[in-house]
Amino acid sequence: MSERPVSRTLPVIATFVVALMLTIAPLPGWAEPYRPDFVALTLIYWSMTLPQNYSVGSAWIVGVVLDVAQGTLLGQHALALSLIVYVTVKFHLQLRQFPIPQLLATVFALLTLHQFILFWINGVVGVNAPAETYWGPVISGTLVWPILAVMLAEIYQRVRR
Amino acid sequence: MAAAKSNQQFHSAFSPALGLRFLLLAGLTLLLLVIDHRDNHLGAVRKAVGAAVYPLRIIVDAPVSIWRWTVDTTASRNELQLENSRLNAERLLTQARLQRYSSLEAENARLRTMLEARATVREQVRVAEILSVSSDPFRHLLVVDKGSVDNVYDGQVVIDANGVVGQVIKAGVLSSQCMLISDPGHALPVEVNRNGLRTIARGTGEFDKLDLPFLPNNADIEPGDLLVTSGRGGAFPAGYPVAIVDSVIRIPQEPFASVTATPAASLNQVREVMLIWSAPQESKESVEVTPAEASDSVDEEADEQSNE
Repeated sequence: MSERPVSRTLPVIATFVVALMLTIAPLPGWAEPYRPDFVALTLIYWSMTLPQNYSVGSAWIVGVVLDVAQGTLLGQHALALSLIVYVTVKFHLQLRQFPIPQLLATVFALLTLHQFILFWINGVVGVNAPAETYWGPVISGTLVWPILAVMLAEIYQRVRR
Repeated sequence: MAAAKSNQQFHSAFSPALGLRFLLLAGLTLLLLVIDHRDNHLGAVRKAVGAAVYPLRIIVDAPVSIWRWTVDTTASRNELQLENSRLNAERLLTQARLQRYSSLEAENARLRTMLEARATVREQVRVAEILSVSSDPFRHLLVVDKGSVDNVYDGQVVIDANGVVGQVIKAGVLSSQCMLISDPGHALPVEVNRNGLRTIARGTGEFDKLDLPFLPNNADIEPGDLLVTSGRGGAFPAGYPVAIVDSVIRIPQEPFASVTATPAASLNQVREVMLIWSAPQESKESVEVTPAEASDSVDEEADEQSNE
Protein backbone atom coordinates (compact mmCIF):
# COMPACT_ATOMS: atom_id res chain seq x y z
CA MET A 1 0.00 0.00 0.00
CA SER A 2 2.86 2.36 0.70
CA GLU A 3 4.32 2.36 -2.81
CA ARG A 4 2.10 4.10 -5.32
CA PRO A 5 2.91 3.23 -8.92
CA VAL A 6 2.30 5.99 -11.45
CA SER A 7 -0.28 3.90 -13.29
CA ARG A 8 -2.38 3.86 -10.10
CA THR A 9 -1.94 7.48 -9.08
CA LEU A 10 -2.27 9.17 -12.43
CA PRO A 11 -5.92 8.30 -13.20
CA VAL A 12 -6.99 9.52 -9.76
CA ILE A 13 -5.13 12.80 -10.17
CA ALA A 14 -6.72 13.11 -13.60
CA THR A 15 -10.18 12.89 -11.99
CA PHE A 16 -9.25 15.77 -9.68
CA VAL A 17 -8.06 17.83 -12.65
CA VAL A 18 -11.31 17.13 -14.52
CA ALA A 19 -13.33 18.03 -11.41
CA LEU A 20 -11.41 21.31 -11.15
CA MET A 21 -12.05 22.03 -14.83
CA LEU A 22 -15.77 21.39 -14.38
CA THR A 23 -15.68 23.82 -11.47
CA ILE A 24 -14.17 26.68 -13.47
CA ALA A 25 -16.03 25.99 -16.73
CA PRO A 26 -18.48 28.76 -17.60
CA LEU A 27 -22.20 28.04 -17.12
CA PRO A 28 -25.24 30.11 -18.11
CA GLY A 29 -26.19 32.57 -15.38
CA TRP A 30 -29.32 30.79 -14.17
CA ALA A 31 -27.45 27.48 -13.71
CA GLU A 32 -24.52 29.02 -11.86
CA PRO A 33 -25.88 28.56 -8.29
CA TYR A 34 -26.74 24.92 -9.04
CA ARG A 35 -23.28 23.84 -10.21
CA PRO A 36 -22.52 20.60 -8.30
CA ASP A 37 -19.39 20.76 -6.18
CA PHE A 38 -17.46 18.24 -8.29
CA VAL A 39 -14.22 18.62 -6.36
CA ALA A 40 -15.88 17.85 -3.02
CA LEU A 41 -17.71 14.84 -4.48
CA THR A 42 -14.54 13.44 -6.08
CA LEU A 43 -12.67 13.87 -2.80
CA ILE A 44 -15.44 12.12 -0.85
CA TYR A 45 -15.32 9.19 -3.26
CA TRP A 46 -11.55 8.70 -3.24
CA SER A 47 -11.16 9.20 0.50
CA MET A 48 -13.91 6.63 1.02
CA THR A 49 -12.40 4.04 -1.35
CA LEU A 50 -8.67 4.67 -0.90
CA PRO A 51 -8.32 6.34 2.52
CA GLN A 52 -4.73 5.11 2.76
CA ASN A 53 -3.70 7.22 -0.23
CA TYR A 54 -6.13 10.14 -0.29
CA SER A 55 -6.84 11.73 3.01
CA VAL A 56 -6.88 15.15 4.65
CA GLY A 57 -3.51 16.14 3.15
CA SER A 58 -4.68 15.62 -0.43
CA ALA A 59 -7.93 17.43 0.38
CA TRP A 60 -5.98 20.37 1.73
CA ILE A 61 -3.77 20.68 -1.34
CA VAL A 62 -6.76 20.39 -3.71
CA GLY A 63 -8.55 22.97 -1.57
CA VAL A 64 -5.73 25.52 -1.85
CA VAL A 65 -5.66 25.08 -5.64
CA LEU A 66 -9.44 25.56 -5.71
CA ASP A 67 -9.11 28.70 -3.58
CA VAL A 68 -6.65 30.19 -6.04
CA ALA A 69 -8.74 29.15 -9.06
CA GLN A 70 -11.89 30.72 -7.62
CA GLY A 71 -10.25 33.73 -6.03
CA THR A 72 -11.66 33.01 -2.59
CA LEU A 73 -9.82 33.62 0.64
CA LEU A 74 -6.74 31.36 0.67
CA GLY A 75 -7.61 28.39 2.90
CA GLN A 76 -11.39 28.64 2.77
CA HIS A 77 -11.98 25.60 0.57
CA ALA A 78 -8.90 23.91 2.03
CA LEU A 79 -10.47 23.96 5.49
CA ALA A 80 -13.95 22.92 4.32
CA LEU A 81 -12.65 20.06 2.15
CA SER A 82 -10.21 18.69 4.72
CA LEU A 83 -13.00 18.70 7.32
CA ILE A 84 -15.41 16.64 5.20
CA VAL A 85 -12.59 14.31 4.13
CA TYR A 86 -11.66 13.86 7.79
CA VAL A 87 -15.23 12.82 8.56
CA THR A 88 -15.33 10.55 5.48
CA VAL A 89 -12.07 8.78 6.34
CA LYS A 90 -13.15 8.42 9.96
CA PHE A 91 -16.34 6.59 8.92
CA HIS A 92 -15.20 5.09 5.60
CA LEU A 93 -15.88 1.49 6.70
CA GLN A 94 -19.50 2.29 7.59
CA LEU A 95 -19.95 4.39 4.44
CA ARG A 96 -18.90 1.48 2.22
CA GLN A 97 -21.63 -0.70 3.77
CA PHE A 98 -24.41 1.87 3.52
CA PRO A 99 -27.36 1.16 1.17
CA ILE A 100 -27.77 3.81 -1.51
CA PRO A 101 -30.46 5.98 0.18
CA GLN A 102 -28.44 6.15 3.38
CA LEU A 103 -25.26 6.93 1.46
CA LEU A 104 -27.06 9.72 -0.39
CA ALA A 105 -28.23 11.17 2.92
CA THR A 106 -24.64 11.06 4.17
CA VAL A 107 -23.34 12.79 1.04
CA PHE A 108 -26.05 15.41 1.51
CA ALA A 109 -24.93 15.95 5.10
CA LEU A 110 -21.25 16.14 4.09
CA LEU A 111 -21.98 18.69 1.38
CA THR A 112 -24.08 20.70 3.83
CA LEU A 113 -21.16 20.68 6.27
CA HIS A 114 -18.87 21.84 3.44
CA GLN A 115 -21.20 24.71 2.52
CA PHE A 116 -21.61 25.61 6.19
CA ILE A 117 -17.85 26.09 6.58
CA LEU A 118 -17.82 28.30 3.46
CA PHE A 119 -20.85 30.21 4.77
CA TRP A 120 -19.22 30.63 8.15
CA ILE A 121 -15.93 31.95 6.75
CA ASN A 122 -17.80 34.22 4.32
CA GLY A 123 -19.81 35.54 7.26
CA VAL A 124 -16.69 36.29 9.30
CA VAL A 125 -15.06 38.06 6.34
CA GLY A 126 -18.25 39.93 5.44
CA VAL A 127 -19.17 38.46 2.05
CA ASN A 128 -22.93 37.94 1.78
CA ALA A 129 -24.68 35.97 -0.93
CA PRO A 130 -28.23 34.80 -1.70
CA ALA A 131 -29.33 31.58 0.04
CA GLU A 132 -29.65 29.50 -3.14
CA THR A 133 -25.92 29.82 -3.78
CA TYR A 134 -25.43 27.79 -0.60
CA TRP A 135 -28.23 25.26 -1.09
CA GLY A 136 -27.88 24.87 -4.86
CA PRO A 137 -24.59 22.91 -4.85
CA VAL A 138 -25.76 20.69 -1.97
CA ILE A 139 -28.93 19.59 -3.78
CA SER A 140 -27.38 19.24 -7.24
CA GLY A 141 -24.32 17.52 -5.76
CA THR A 142 -26.47 14.90 -4.03
CA LEU A 143 -28.35 14.29 -7.28
CA VAL A 144 -25.13 13.96 -9.28
CA TRP A 145 -23.46 11.64 -6.76
CA PRO A 146 -24.83 8.27 -8.08
CA ILE A 147 -23.65 9.00 -11.65
CA LEU A 148 -20.28 10.27 -10.46
CA ALA A 149 -19.83 7.31 -8.10
CA VAL A 150 -20.50 4.83 -10.93
CA MET A 151 -17.99 6.59 -13.20
CA LEU A 152 -15.33 6.80 -10.51
CA ALA A 153 -15.96 3.12 -9.57
CA GLU A 154 -15.21 2.23 -13.18
CA ILE A 155 -11.90 4.08 -12.95
CA TYR A 156 -11.19 2.47 -9.58
CA GLN A 157 -11.70 -1.02 -11.08
CA ARG A 158 -9.09 -0.24 -13.71
CA VAL A 159 -6.72 1.28 -11.19
CA ARG A 160 -6.87 -1.82 -8.98
CA ARG A 161 -5.81 -4.17 -11.74
CA MET B 1 -10.48 -11.36 3.50
CA ALA B 2 -7.96 -9.17 1.78
CA ALA B 3 -10.10 -6.14 2.47
CA ALA B 4 -10.28 -6.94 6.19
CA LYS B 5 -6.54 -7.34 6.30
CA SER B 6 -5.91 -4.08 4.56
CA ASN B 7 -8.32 -2.35 6.92
CA GLN B 8 -6.54 -3.77 9.92
CA GLN B 9 -3.28 -2.59 8.47
CA PHE B 10 -4.87 0.77 7.82
CA HIS B 11 -6.06 1.13 11.39
CA SER B 12 -2.72 0.23 12.88
CA ALA B 13 -0.88 2.28 10.29
CA PHE B 14 -2.23 5.78 10.77
CA SER B 15 -5.71 5.91 12.27
CA PRO B 16 -4.56 7.58 15.51
CA ALA B 17 -2.62 10.17 13.54
CA LEU B 18 -5.59 11.13 11.38
CA GLY B 19 -7.19 13.43 13.95
CA LEU B 20 -3.86 14.97 14.78
CA ARG B 21 -3.06 15.57 11.14
CA PHE B 22 -6.45 17.16 10.59
CA LEU B 23 -6.01 19.44 13.60
CA LEU B 24 -2.57 20.50 12.40
CA LEU B 25 -3.90 21.27 8.93
CA ALA B 26 -6.91 23.11 10.35
CA GLY B 27 -4.61 25.24 12.50
CA LEU B 28 -2.40 25.98 9.51
CA THR B 29 -5.45 26.86 7.44
CA LEU B 30 -6.81 29.25 10.06
CA LEU B 31 -3.42 30.97 10.13
CA LEU B 32 -3.49 31.16 6.33
CA LEU B 33 -7.01 32.61 6.37
CA VAL B 34 -6.10 35.30 8.86
CA ILE B 35 -2.89 36.26 7.01
CA ASP B 36 -4.70 36.37 3.68
CA HIS B 37 -7.59 38.41 5.05
CA ARG B 38 -5.61 40.90 7.14
CA ASP B 39 -2.90 41.74 4.66
CA ASN B 40 -1.84 40.54 1.26
CA HIS B 41 1.40 38.73 2.03
CA LEU B 42 0.40 35.64 0.10
CA GLY B 43 0.47 37.24 -3.35
CA ALA B 44 3.48 35.14 -4.38
CA VAL B 45 1.74 31.88 -3.38
CA ARG B 46 -1.36 32.90 -5.31
CA LYS B 47 0.70 33.79 -8.36
CA ALA B 48 2.56 30.46 -8.32
CA VAL B 49 -0.57 28.31 -7.93
CA GLY B 50 -2.45 30.57 -10.33
CA ALA B 51 0.18 29.95 -13.02
CA ALA B 52 -0.34 26.21 -12.49
CA VAL B 53 -4.10 26.60 -12.97
CA TYR B 54 -3.67 28.72 -16.13
CA PRO B 55 -3.38 25.72 -18.55
CA LEU B 56 -6.64 24.37 -17.11
CA ARG B 57 -8.37 27.64 -17.88
CA ILE B 58 -7.08 27.47 -21.45
CA ILE B 59 -8.36 23.90 -21.85
CA VAL B 60 -11.74 24.81 -20.37
CA ASP B 61 -11.96 27.79 -22.69
CA ALA B 62 -10.84 25.78 -25.76
CA PRO B 63 -14.26 24.39 -26.87
CA VAL B 64 -15.80 27.86 -26.84
CA SER B 65 -12.89 29.49 -28.69
CA ILE B 66 -12.73 26.64 -31.22
CA TRP B 67 -16.48 27.05 -31.82
CA ARG B 68 -16.09 30.79 -32.33
CA TRP B 69 -13.13 30.24 -34.63
CA THR B 70 -15.15 27.73 -36.68
CA VAL B 71 -18.09 30.12 -36.94
CA ASP B 72 -15.75 32.91 -38.04
CA THR B 73 -13.93 30.82 -40.65
CA THR B 74 -17.02 29.23 -42.14
CA ALA B 75 -19.06 32.42 -42.26
CA SER B 76 -20.47 32.91 -45.73
CA ARG B 77 -19.20 35.63 -48.04
CA ASN B 78 -22.57 37.35 -47.88
CA GLU B 79 -22.49 37.56 -44.09
CA LEU B 80 -18.95 38.88 -44.16
CA GLN B 81 -19.88 41.56 -46.66
CA LEU B 82 -22.86 42.57 -44.59
CA GLU B 83 -20.74 42.76 -41.48
CA ASN B 84 -18.08 44.66 -43.34
CA SER B 85 -20.48 47.31 -44.57
CA ARG B 86 -22.03 47.59 -41.14
CA LEU B 87 -18.60 48.08 -39.55
CA ASN B 88 -17.67 50.64 -42.17
CA ALA B 89 -20.81 52.62 -41.44
CA GLU B 90 -20.08 52.40 -37.73
CA ARG B 91 -16.52 53.57 -38.28
CA LEU B 92 -17.70 56.60 -40.24
CA LEU B 93 -20.12 57.52 -37.47
CA THR B 94 -17.46 57.09 -34.80
CA GLN B 95 -14.97 59.18 -36.74
CA ALA B 96 -17.51 61.95 -37.16
CA ARG B 97 -18.05 61.86 -33.42
CA LEU B 98 -14.29 61.79 -32.79
CA GLN B 99 -13.76 64.96 -34.84
CA ARG B 100 -16.09 66.81 -32.55
CA TYR B 101 -14.48 65.13 -29.56
CA SER B 102 -10.95 66.18 -30.49
CA SER B 103 -11.87 69.83 -30.88
CA LEU B 104 -13.77 69.63 -27.60
CA GLU B 105 -10.76 68.05 -25.93
CA ALA B 106 -8.50 70.83 -27.10
CA GLU B 107 -10.99 73.43 -25.96
CA ASN B 108 -11.28 71.70 -22.62
CA ALA B 109 -7.50 71.65 -22.23
CA ARG B 110 -7.34 75.39 -22.94
CA LEU B 111 -10.12 76.15 -20.48
CA ARG B 112 -8.47 73.99 -17.85
CA THR B 113 -5.19 75.84 -18.15
CA MET B 114 -7.07 79.11 -17.84
CA LEU B 115 -8.65 77.79 -14.65
CA GLU B 116 -5.30 76.33 -13.56
CA ALA B 117 -7.08 73.09 -12.85
CA ARG B 118 -5.15 69.85 -12.31
CA ALA B 119 -3.95 68.04 -15.39
CA THR B 120 -6.40 65.72 -17.07
CA VAL B 121 -5.62 62.08 -17.37
CA ARG B 122 -4.73 60.54 -20.70
CA GLU B 123 -5.74 56.94 -21.07
CA GLN B 124 -4.42 54.01 -23.02
CA VAL B 125 -6.67 51.08 -23.79
CA ARG B 126 -6.04 47.42 -24.59
CA VAL B 127 -8.52 44.68 -25.31
CA ALA B 128 -8.46 41.58 -23.12
CA GLU B 129 -10.39 38.38 -23.55
CA ILE B 130 -12.33 36.83 -20.69
CA LEU B 131 -11.20 33.33 -19.80
CA SER B 132 -13.76 32.49 -17.14
CA VAL B 133 -16.59 34.25 -15.40
CA SER B 134 -17.67 34.06 -11.76
CA SER B 135 -16.46 30.59 -10.91
CA ASP B 136 -17.45 31.26 -7.31
CA PRO B 137 -21.16 31.97 -6.92
CA PHE B 138 -20.50 34.14 -3.86
CA ARG B 139 -18.32 36.62 -5.72
CA HIS B 140 -18.67 38.32 -9.08
CA LEU B 141 -15.23 37.81 -10.53
CA LEU B 142 -13.85 37.21 -13.97
CA VAL B 143 -10.45 36.18 -15.27
CA VAL B 144 -8.93 37.93 -18.29
CA ASP B 145 -6.03 36.74 -20.43
CA LYS B 146 -3.68 39.63 -19.69
CA GLY B 147 -1.30 39.57 -16.75
CA SER B 148 1.70 41.36 -15.32
CA VAL B 149 3.59 40.40 -18.52
CA ASP B 150 1.31 42.93 -20.25
CA ASN B 151 1.80 45.48 -17.44
CA VAL B 152 -1.56 44.80 -15.83
CA TYR B 153 -1.55 46.05 -12.25
CA ASP B 154 -3.79 45.65 -9.21
CA GLY B 155 -6.58 48.21 -9.16
CA GLN B 156 -6.60 48.71 -12.93
CA VAL B 157 -9.93 49.70 -14.43
CA VAL B 158 -11.83 47.32 -16.72
CA ILE B 159 -14.51 48.62 -19.09
CA ASP B 160 -16.51 47.33 -22.03
CA ALA B 161 -18.03 49.23 -24.95
CA ASN B 162 -20.88 50.54 -22.79
CA GLY B 163 -19.38 51.33 -19.44
CA VAL B 164 -17.36 50.31 -16.41
CA VAL B 165 -17.15 46.55 -15.81
CA GLY B 166 -14.94 46.45 -12.73
CA GLN B 167 -11.34 46.51 -11.64
CA VAL B 168 -8.36 44.16 -11.50
CA ILE B 169 -7.94 42.76 -8.01
CA LYS B 170 -5.19 40.22 -8.54
CA ALA B 171 -2.82 40.60 -11.47
CA GLY B 172 -1.25 37.21 -12.14
CA VAL B 173 1.60 36.53 -14.54
CA LEU B 174 -0.43 35.51 -17.59
CA SER B 175 -3.99 36.17 -16.44
CA SER B 176 -5.60 38.47 -13.92
CA GLN B 177 -8.65 38.36 -11.77
CA CYS B 178 -11.12 41.24 -11.94
CA MET B 179 -13.94 42.13 -9.58
CA LEU B 180 -17.17 43.24 -11.23
CA ILE B 181 -18.97 46.34 -10.00
CA SER B 182 -21.91 44.08 -9.12
CA ASP B 183 -19.87 42.10 -6.56
CA PRO B 184 -21.39 42.55 -3.10
CA GLY B 185 -17.99 43.67 -1.83
CA HIS B 186 -17.48 46.37 -4.45
CA ALA B 187 -18.28 50.06 -4.23
CA LEU B 188 -17.24 52.89 -6.52
CA PRO B 189 -17.58 56.67 -6.36
CA VAL B 190 -19.98 57.99 -9.01
CA GLU B 191 -21.68 61.23 -9.88
CA VAL B 192 -24.96 61.98 -11.59
CA ASN B 193 -24.09 63.18 -15.07
CA ARG B 194 -26.97 65.67 -15.12
CA ASN B 195 -26.06 67.70 -12.05
CA GLY B 196 -22.78 66.41 -10.63
CA LEU B 197 -24.34 64.95 -7.47
CA ARG B 198 -21.73 62.66 -5.92
CA THR B 199 -22.48 59.36 -4.27
CA ILE B 200 -21.32 55.76 -4.02
CA ALA B 201 -22.63 52.82 -6.06
CA ARG B 202 -22.43 49.49 -4.29
CA GLY B 203 -22.69 46.01 -5.83
CA THR B 204 -25.60 43.84 -4.76
CA GLY B 205 -24.64 40.37 -5.95
CA GLU B 206 -27.04 40.63 -8.88
CA PHE B 207 -25.65 41.35 -12.32
CA ASP B 208 -28.33 43.88 -13.27
CA LYS B 209 -28.56 45.90 -10.08
CA LEU B 210 -26.43 48.41 -8.20
CA ASP B 211 -27.37 50.02 -4.93
CA LEU B 212 -26.94 53.73 -4.07
CA PRO B 213 -27.32 53.57 -0.32
CA PHE B 214 -26.20 57.04 0.82
CA LEU B 215 -28.56 59.45 -0.91
CA PRO B 216 -30.81 61.60 1.30
CA ASN B 217 -34.52 61.77 0.55
CA ASN B 218 -34.25 65.26 -0.92
CA ALA B 219 -31.39 64.39 -3.29
CA ASP B 220 -31.92 65.54 -6.86
CA ILE B 221 -31.95 62.16 -8.58
CA GLU B 222 -34.52 60.66 -10.93
CA PRO B 223 -35.02 57.37 -12.76
CA GLY B 224 -33.16 57.57 -16.08
CA ASP B 225 -30.24 59.59 -14.72
CA LEU B 226 -26.86 58.47 -16.02
CA LEU B 227 -24.23 57.78 -13.38
CA VAL B 228 -20.60 58.29 -14.40
CA THR B 229 -17.38 57.66 -12.50
CA SER B 230 -16.44 60.74 -10.52
CA GLY B 231 -12.74 59.91 -10.20
CA ARG B 232 -12.95 60.86 -6.54
CA GLY B 233 -11.71 57.58 -5.07
CA GLY B 234 -8.54 57.75 -7.12
CA ALA B 235 -9.00 54.24 -8.49
CA PHE B 236 -11.29 55.00 -11.42
CA PRO B 237 -10.64 57.73 -14.00
CA ALA B 238 -13.48 60.23 -14.22
CA GLY B 239 -16.21 60.30 -16.84
CA TYR B 240 -16.92 56.68 -17.71
CA PRO B 241 -20.60 55.67 -17.69
CA VAL B 242 -21.40 53.25 -14.86
CA ALA B 243 -25.15 52.78 -14.59
CA ILE B 244 -28.58 54.22 -15.23
CA VAL B 245 -30.85 54.91 -12.28
CA ASP B 246 -34.00 52.81 -12.55
CA SER B 247 -35.88 53.37 -9.34
CA VAL B 248 -35.92 56.00 -6.64
CA ILE B 249 -38.07 55.25 -3.61
CA ARG B 250 -38.28 57.99 -1.01
CA ILE B 251 -39.64 56.88 2.34
CA PRO B 252 -40.19 59.88 4.65
CA GLN B 253 -39.31 57.99 7.85
CA GLU B 254 -36.03 56.66 6.52
CA PRO B 255 -32.88 58.81 6.54
CA PHE B 256 -31.85 57.69 3.04
CA ALA B 257 -33.80 57.12 -0.16
CA SER B 258 -33.58 53.65 -1.62
CA VAL B 259 -32.10 54.07 -5.10
CA THR B 260 -31.16 51.28 -7.48
CA ALA B 261 -29.44 51.46 -10.85
CA THR B 262 -28.79 49.13 -13.79
CA PRO B 263 -25.14 48.83 -14.88
CA ALA B 264 -24.47 50.27 -18.33
CA ALA B 265 -22.07 47.43 -19.17
CA SER B 266 -23.67 44.03 -19.80
CA LEU B 267 -21.77 42.40 -16.96
CA ASN B 268 -22.72 38.79 -17.58
CA GLN B 269 -22.63 38.85 -21.37
CA VAL B 270 -19.26 40.36 -22.26
CA ARG B 271 -16.60 38.29 -24.04
CA GLU B 272 -14.01 41.02 -24.47
CA VAL B 273 -13.23 43.81 -22.08
CA MET B 274 -10.84 46.75 -22.24
CA LEU B 275 -8.14 47.52 -19.72
CA ILE B 276 -7.28 51.16 -19.16
CA TRP B 277 -3.83 52.47 -18.35
CA SER B 278 -4.16 55.97 -17.08
CA ALA B 279 -1.04 58.10 -16.69
CA PRO B 280 -1.28 61.61 -15.30
CA GLN B 281 -0.48 64.09 -18.03
CA GLU B 282 1.85 66.99 -17.34
CA SER B 283 -0.07 70.22 -17.21
CA LYS B 284 2.63 71.79 -19.41
CA GLU B 285 1.77 69.45 -22.24
CA SER B 286 -1.89 70.15 -22.05
CA VAL B 287 -1.19 73.86 -22.56
CA GLU B 288 0.32 73.16 -25.91
CA VAL B 289 -2.25 70.76 -27.22
CA THR B 290 -3.56 72.13 -30.47
CA PRO B 291 -6.64 70.70 -32.13
CA ALA B 292 -4.46 68.90 -34.67
CA GLU B 293 -2.29 67.26 -32.00
CA ALA B 294 -5.32 66.30 -30.00
CA SER B 295 -6.85 64.59 -32.99
CA ASP B 296 -3.52 62.80 -33.60
CA SER B 297 -3.43 61.38 -30.12
CA VAL B 298 -7.02 60.27 -30.39
CA ASP B 299 -6.25 58.58 -33.70
CA GLU B 300 -3.30 56.77 -32.14
CA GLU B 301 -5.52 55.45 -29.41
CA ALA B 302 -8.11 54.37 -31.94
CA ASP B 303 -5.37 52.59 -33.92
CA GLU B 304 -4.16 50.80 -30.84
CA GLN B 305 -7.64 49.56 -30.18
CA SER B 306 -8.17 48.34 -33.70
CA ASN B 307 -4.76 46.62 -33.72
CA GLU B 308 -5.68 44.48 -30.77
